[in-house]
Amino acid sequence: MSTFWTIWISVITLGTILGTFLLLRWCLANKTGVEEGDDMHHFFDGIVEINNPLPRWWTILFYIVIVWGLVYLALYPGLGAYQGLLGWKSSNQGILTLEESRQATERAREEGLLVQYDREMEFAAERFDPIFEAYAQIPVEDLAKDEDALKVGQRLFLQNCSQCHGSDARGQTGFPNLTDDDWLYGGSGAKIKETLINGRIAAMPAWLDSMGEQGISEVVAYTLSLSGRDVDSALAEAGKARFAVCAACHGMDGKGNQAIGAPNLTDDIWLYGGSERAVTETLNYGRNGVMPAFKDTLGENKVHVVAAYVYSLSNK
Amino acid sequence: MSETSQAHPDYNYKVVRQFTVMTVVWGIVGMAVGVLIAAQLFAPALNFDIPWLTYSRLRPLHTNAVIFAFGGCALFATSYYIVQRTCHVRLFSDKLAAFTFWGWQAVIVLAAITLPLGITSSKEYAELEWPIDILIALVWIAYIINFFGTLVIRKVSHIYVANWFLGAFMLTVAVLHIGNSMAIPVSFTKSYSIYAGAVDAMMQWWYGHNAVGFFLTAGFLGMMYYFVPKQAGRPVYSYRLSIVHFWALISLYIWAGPHHLHYTALPDWTQSLGMVMSLILFVPSWGGMINGIMTLSGAWHKLRNDPVLRFLIVSLSFYGMSTFEGPMMSIKTVNALSHYTDWTVGHVHSGALGWVAMVSIGSIYHLIPILFGQKAMYSTRLVNVHFWLATIGVVLYIVAMWMSGVLQGLMWRAVNADGTLTYSFVESLEASKPFYVVRFIGGVFVVAGMLVMAYNCWKTIRAPKDSIAAEPAAQAA
Repeated sequence: MSTFWTIWISVITLGTILGTFLLLRWCLANKTGVEEGDDMHHFFDGIVEINNPLPRWWTILFYIVIVWGLVYLALYPGLGAYQGLLGWKSSNQGILTLEESRQATERAREEGLLVQYDREMEFAAERFDPIFEAYAQIPVEDLAKDEDALKVGQRLFLQNCSQCHGSDARGQTGFPNLTDDDWLYGGSGAKIKETLINGRIAAMPAWLDSMGEQGISEVVAYTLSLSGRDVDSALAEAGKARFAVCAACHGMDGKGNQAIGAPNLTDDIWLYGGSERAVTETLNYGRNGVMPAFKDTLGENKVHVVAAYVYSLSNK
Repeated sequence: MSETSQAHPDYNYKVVRQFTVMTVVWGIVGMAVGVLIAAQLFAPALNFDIPWLTYSRLRPLHTNAVIFAFGGCALFATSYYIVQRTCHVRLFSDKLAAFTFWGWQAVIVLAAITLPLGITSSKEYAELEWPIDILIALVWIAYIINFFGTLVIRKVSHIYVANWFLGAFMLTVAVLHIGNSMAIPVSFTKSYSIYAGAVDAMMQWWYGHNAVGFFLTAGFLGMMYYFVPKQAGRPVYSYRLSIVHFWALISLYIWAGPHHLHYTALPDWTQSLGMVMSLILFVPSWGGMINGIMTLSGAWHKLRNDPVLRFLIVSLSFYGMSTFEGPMMSIKTVNALSHYTDWTVGHVHSGALGWVAMVSIGSIYHLIPILFGQKAMYSTRLVNVHFWLATIGVVLYIVAMWMSGVLQGLMWRAVNADGTLTYSFVESLEASKPFYVVRFIGGVFVVAGMLVMAYNCWKTIRAPKDSIAAEPAAQAA
C-alpha cells in the first residue's frame, strides 16, 4: 500500500473518531441558550424538545469505547500499511498459490514471526501429527482391524467424503458405493490410497454421433444382457457385433478394466443407473467422473487412515 | 378526504394512505413467505418439487419483501406524513408523490415475479436485476426531491430531528444502491457486477450493512422520533442527545460493513477498522433508545392502557438489545463462534421483527384513524391481541435462534483428541431441527398478529367517517 493511501485512511479514520469525541464534548456543555430542563422553543406539530443534559453513564461509556478503539488501532493493523505494535496478522497476505503459502510459512518459521493461521496449524501439527505418523507405519489392511483407527477414519470420512459418497458410504448416482466390494480402480489398500491421494478422472465417451440411435439401442440391449437381463435377442445380437469398440476399455467379456477405471458391466452394479433409459443416456452422451485429490488437503498420513476405513467397509 | 377543517394546511394524505395500506399488505406477504421457508428448513418436502417454491428462490423474495416492500412502504408512508406535519406545509409535489407510490409498487411486483423465476444478480439484499435497479434509482431520486423540496418550503424555522434521520436515510440509501448495483448487462435479465473478488465482497457488505444501518435503523429512528412523543403526548427527552447520537450514528455506521467478512480474504486492516467502528457505534445507537424511552418519563402509566404505545416502547427495547448484540458480534473472537450460524439469523430478526416491524406497526396504528377520519382504531382490544402475538412470536423466534446458533458454533469447533472434528455438519443440522420448529411457531404467531391487524384496519377504514369513538382512558382493568 502506498504512503498516500496509508495517510488517507489514517486521516479519515482518526478524523472520524476525533470528530465524534469533539461533538460529544461540545454537547456536554449547554450552548443552546436555553436553561437546562427547559424546552427548546421549537414547535413541530405539537412536539416539544427538552434541553436535558446527556446521561452521565452514557457519556462515560462513550469515552470508554473511544479510548478502546484508539488502543486497538495502536496494537493491531488498521491504519493502512501500519502493522500495529503487536505485529499480529491473521494470515500471510497477498498469497496466490499453495506453493507461495508454503514458502511464506517457511520464511516466517525461520524468523519466528508466525501469522495466526500458521501458529494454529503449527500447534495442531505438534499435537496431532504423531498420532497419524504412528498409524501410517501400519499397512492399510492391518490398520483396518484397529477399532480406534477406524473411528478416526470414519470421522475424516464424514467430514471429507460423505458429501458425495453418503454418510453410510453407499454412494449415489454418479458416486460409487464403497461398501460392495466392486472396485473401479482396485480395492487393495495401496489402490484405495492411490485413488485418494491423486484423485481419479474417468471419461466415458459419447457414442450417439458415431453409432446412431439404432446402433445405441442395439448396444444397450447387449450391455443389459451381460448382467442377465431379459432383452430382445435380435437387438442384443446386433449389439454384440458393435461391442468390439466398447471392448477396448470394458474388455471382450465386459468385465471392465481396473487399470483405467472402466466398470465391470456384468455384475448388475450401475454407477449411473441400470435402467434402459439411464444406460442409453450414458451411451448417447458419455459420462465424466471426477474424484478429487486429497494429497494437499488431508496429507498422506490422514489419507492412510481414511483408506483403512474405506477398506474395512468391504473387508469385515 | 381533505383535512382543511383542521387548523393545519391541506396535507397530501392520499399518498400516505396508499403506502400505509400497502405496508400491511406487503407485511403479510413477506412474513408469510418467511414462515413457509422456515417450515421448509425442517420439512424440505414443502417446496413440492416446484422450482419457484424452492428455498433458494423464496429466501431472497422474503428478505426483499419484508425489508423493501413492508419496511419501504412503512418508511414512505411515515416520512411523507412526518415531513408535512413537522414542516407545517403540504408535500412539495403531488405528482412526484404519486410516481414514488406507483413506481415502488411496480418494483415490488417485479421482484415478486423475477425472484421466483430465478432471475437474480446474486448480491444479498440487492438481488434484483439491472432494469429493476434503474427503476429503483429513479423512484428514489424522485422521493429525495420530494422530501427535501418539502423541507425547503417548510413554514417553521427549524428542521425536526425526525427529518434529519429520514433525510440521512434517503441520501445514503441512494449512494449505497447506485454504488453497489453498478453492473454490466449481458442481456435484459442478466448482468455482472463491475467489482470482482474481495472488492466485490467489500462493496456488497458496505451496501449490505448500511441497508441495515440507514434503511432499517436511521429511517426507523426518524419514525420513532415522531410517533413516540406524539403517542405518549410527552416532550422529546433531550435535544442535545439527539444531536450527538445523530451525527455520531451516521458517521460511524458507514464503516461497519467489513465485520461481515471477518477471517476472509479481506485485508486485516479493513477487518480491524470495521470492528473498531462497529464497537464505538454501540454507544450512539443507544442514544436513540435512551431518548425514546426517556421521552416516556412521567408517563409510564400510559403503557398500561395504550397498546400502541406498548408497541413503540417494546420496539425500542428490542432496538437497544440488538444494537448491543450487533457490536458484540462484530468482535472477531465472538464472530469466530457466531458467524455462519443461526445466531446471526436470530440477531437480524430481533432487529427486523422486534425493532423495525414493531415500531412500524405502532406507527400505523397511530396513523390509520387519523388518515381515515376516525378517533381510534376499530378495536383497541385487537391491537392488544396483536401486541402479545407479536411479542411472543419474536421472543420464541430469537431465543430459538440463539440456542441453535450457539449450539452450531460449539459443535462445529469441537475437536477430538486426534484433531478430527467431533461432529459432521449433518449432525449439527439434526441438533438444530427442534429449534427450527420453534422458530416456525414464532413466525406463525407474528403472521397471525399481522392478520389481526389487517382485519382491524379493514374495519376501521370501512366504518363510516367519525363513527368510532375514542377509547375512554380508564380501561385499566
